[in-house]
Amino acid sequence: MPELVITVARFGFLILLWIFVFTVVGVIRRDLFAGARSGRLVAAPRGVGAVLGQGGKPARVKRGKAARQLVVTAGQLAGTRITLGEAQITIGRAEDSTLVITDDYASARHARLVPRDGQWFVEDLGSTNGTYLDRAKVTGPTPVPLGVPIRIGRTSLELRP
Amino acid sequence: MTVAATSTSPPTTPGGQSGVRLARSRRNAELSLLLLAMVLVAAYGAMVEASVLDTVTPSFWVSAAALSAVFLSLHVAIRFLAPFADPALLPAAALLNGLGVGFLHRLDLARTTPAERAELATFAGTGGRQLAWTLLSVALAAGLLAVVRDHRSISRYAYTLGLAGIVLVMIPAVLPRSISEVNGAKLWIRVGGFSIQPGEFAKLALLAFFAYYLVRKREVLSLASHRFLGVDFPRGRDLGPVVVVWLISLLVLVFEKDLGTSLLYFGMFVATLYIATERVSWLLIGLVLFFGGAYLAYVLGGMIGGPFANFYLRANIWLDPFADPYSDGYQLVQGLLALGSGGMFGAGPGAGQPLKLPEVQNDFIFAGLGEEIGLFGLSALLVVYLLIVERGLRAALAVHDSFGKLFAGGLAFTLGFQVFVIVGGISGLIPLTGQTTPFLSAGGSSLMANWLLIAILLRVSDAARRPVTGGGPASTRPTGGPPEQLHGAPTEVIRP
Repeated sequence: MPELVITVARFGFLILLWIFVFTVVGVIRRDLFAGARSGRLVAAPRGVGAVLGQGGKPARVKRGKAARQLVVTAGQLAGTRITLGEAQITIGRAEDSTLVITDDYASARHARLVPRDGQWFVEDLGSTNGTYLDRAKVTGPTPVPLGVPIRIGRTSLELRP
Repeated sequence: MTVAATSTSPPTTPGGQSGVRLARSRRNAELSLLLLAMVLVAAYGAMVEASVLDTVTPSFWVSAAALSAVFLSLHVAIRFLAPFADPALLPAAALLNGLGVGFLHRLDLARTTPAERAELATFAGTGGRQLAWTLLSVALAAGLLAVVRDHRSISRYAYTLGLAGIVLVMIPAVLPRSISEVNGAKLWIRVGGFSIQPGEFAKLALLAFFAYYLVRKREVLSLASHRFLGVDFPRGRDLGPVVVVWLISLLVLVFEKDLGTSLLYFGMFVATLYIATERVSWLLIGLVLFFGGAYLAYVLGGMIGGPFANFYLRANIWLDPFADPYSDGYQLVQGLLALGSGGMFGAGPGAGQPLKLPEVQNDFIFAGLGEEIGLFGLSALLVVYLLIVERGLRAALAVHDSFGKLFAGGLAFTLGFQVFVIVGGISGLIPLTGQTTPFLSAGGSSLMANWLLIAILLRVSDAARRPVTGGGPASTRPTGGPPEQLHGAPTEVIRP
């Protein structure tokens, strides 16, 4: 084997090794920076995309109106953000809730947030201590405006654009 | 403290018409990464032959092709069994495993005379045996994926697994030396020409138990506590069983004389505890205990020897490897020289002299590889390990249930910690302890246990990345109907 071939192969191998590393990083990049970019990547509430659908980014049309994030503003999980997708968000102490809150005043399945035609509705699931939208107790499915606190025990949640 | 990571679920395609959008499983990305990894393994094999034999034999690709077939079948299995699993785990582990097989085969080539080389069949020699072990391990991993369809079902057997873990750890300590001792460490069961290291599997079993137990006790651990010296300590009775488990494994390890494994169990224990309680004080307690214990062992080893003499010797070698480079420090010095002569870019695959390294197929495989691929190549391998660990922790962050979080987080941490312990050991950062290098070292037990670990991570990441609309326990109920009420249900029960 000529010396040159071996040298080229040697460095080629090392470069290929790093190419592999960077390809893997490329594949998982989306996940790595999901926090920063998710607002753009995860779709707006159900209905917005289907109604205004084709081509244009759905949320852009309803800019300023569509809620994209659920932010915990008070309680143990304060500061937590959940990017809203199309799925309903269940809140409670049960392990399989979307948002598991460890609040003494919360029930296992306390409330849920359901998207309907671009609007999010909060619904109490028969909790012991009740769910409040701002000051009013939630009895049936109630539309949640942006920035209005949903109170569950000591925890407050808000929809944010 | 569980927040569903809706943000990390696979992005949906905008503009899809149906209500159920197609979430990206990313299996094709996995396939292409896997193929790239296998090309690398084949290239490595070819280059080894080019420098050792001065020619590339027509059959250089056989080993790489066998590996590819094995990993591709696992890939296909994942497509069916865990379609949303993380795409980076399998290719990364496959690359490391493939390079390990390649390097072991390279050692076989160096050991044999030209006449014998012709007879070196695909499954012969250390490399061939490793290839066979890979086949078995990957089959086991696929089997685990097939049997465990939901990682939460593992928690049902947590106490059994905990007991099994302790028994596995203890077996070699009880067995007579002739069966269990290799190089001063009693970690083995050797029957005939066949040897297994039960401790490798004990790691997984004990982690499952720790995770389950800590999930059950998490709230108590982080709430009920008494303050002492400004640090919150949990009540003794809450912690009892875990401390007992840890003490038993530690005691056993003192008798088995393997510091690395003992360090690994301790790190595992502290990390799971930290993940469960989110208390930095645990890390502080762990570090203080560890450094205190290590110093005590060192002092005791210097004074009375006995079970600590081994550690005393190793610490002294670490402090000054060149004090006795021909006997005590021989291993470490040879490893450091190999890394040093490898330099930045290495001598090239097959161009080093790995046989000068003692234990090159086990503990010092990283040094042997380093001589040939240099710092540039070694750091790539380290980044591959880092990526596996990162994907594991990511799955732990994203998955819903606490058991999955703790289990996956603990597994990922253990893998990373093991790499740290062995690479830190051979590079002189920490005292050298006998640990296998995951996926690279020769040895079936280690390889099998690590592939099982990858299988569990795949399973957990599949659960974590599965889109909420496409199945899974949270979404099987219709959106319109009220969910079943579980007010009375205890919140910390993990439903299988």
